[in-house]
Amino acid sequence: MKCSDFLKELTDYLDNTMDTHTKAELEEHLQWCHNCYVVCNTTKSTIEIYRDSKLYELPDELRSRIHSAIMTKCQCQKASQEAGLSSETPTPGEKAST
Amino acid sequence: MEAIENKVAEPPSEESILVDAARSGDIGAFESLVRRYDRNVFRIAQHITQNREDAEDVVQDAFLKAYQNLGQFQGQSKFYTWLVRIAVNEALMRLRRRRPERMVSIDEDVKTEEDSMPREIADWSPNPEQQYTQAELKEILGKTIQGLPTSFRTVFVLRDVEGLSTEETASALELSVPAVKSRLLRARLQLRERLNKYFKRRDGDTKP
Repeated sequence: MKCSDFLKELTDYLDNTMDTHTKAELEEHLQWCHNCYVVCNTTKSTIEIYRDSKLYELPDELRSRIHSAIMTKCQCQKASQEAGLSSETPTPGEKAST
Repeated sequence: MEAIENKVAEPPSEESILVDAARSGDIGAFESLVRRYDRNVFRIAQHITQNREDAEDVVQDAFLKAYQNLGQFQGQSKFYTWLVRIAVNEALMRLRRRRPERMVSIDEDVKTEEDSMPREIADWSPNPEQQYTQAELKEILGKTIQGLPTSFRTVFVLRDVEGLSTEETASALELSVPAVKSRLLRARLQLRERLNKYFKRRDGDTKP
């Protein structure tokens, strides 16, 4: 196995989504190829650092502001839908009272 | 080596109960879905737009659009995957508005294989993130990922930060599975290469 072949399989290897035969071949390559070993380990660290980074967390205050805005818009949407429906198909009771 | 495991693993039954209730007019059920996913949608939006105000707008617009179109959600994919697709489209639209000189597309063709081939092979210090304060680390990670092409960045964020599976990422971005895998590999390798200059082992570092 060449290093370029190893790199092509790196994503599946890190995600553990490969058959056992290919996995064994990759691990055999890692036994003697220091460069691929380093690339593999540092790529795994890259993923873990980003995943654990809490980059762009939503602060509570902003979260509650966004939340209120979303729910207000949804309530308006629901109300206008219901108003539209009731004006299109008025119930007999409503008709009588107007 | 241990596999990288997915982070988001929602029990589908609970989610589909909430979606069904929301679809039949229960706004409280929709509110639960908002609470469940607003942080994820915000992160995705901020990663794509690279702008906090745009990200706020994307979260609002994406949830409103999801609410308006719940009737069209067929349940063939997970609600979250469907929501992510809406949010990504909203975020890309904002990005295009801000950068009209350059068409931004998730489908953009991205250079050759060589752009991701490792040029520098250097081992990293043990616990590299501990070399920096939290604020410094966030700045490094933000700066580094912002340098990636949008299509790489988006695939990396959905797959590796938000924990969608390859198939879910493909579905959310309307890409093929091989396209997702190819972009993910290049994104991972490019990020690794760019982080090298901050994390590589220096003289005097002790071995792990």
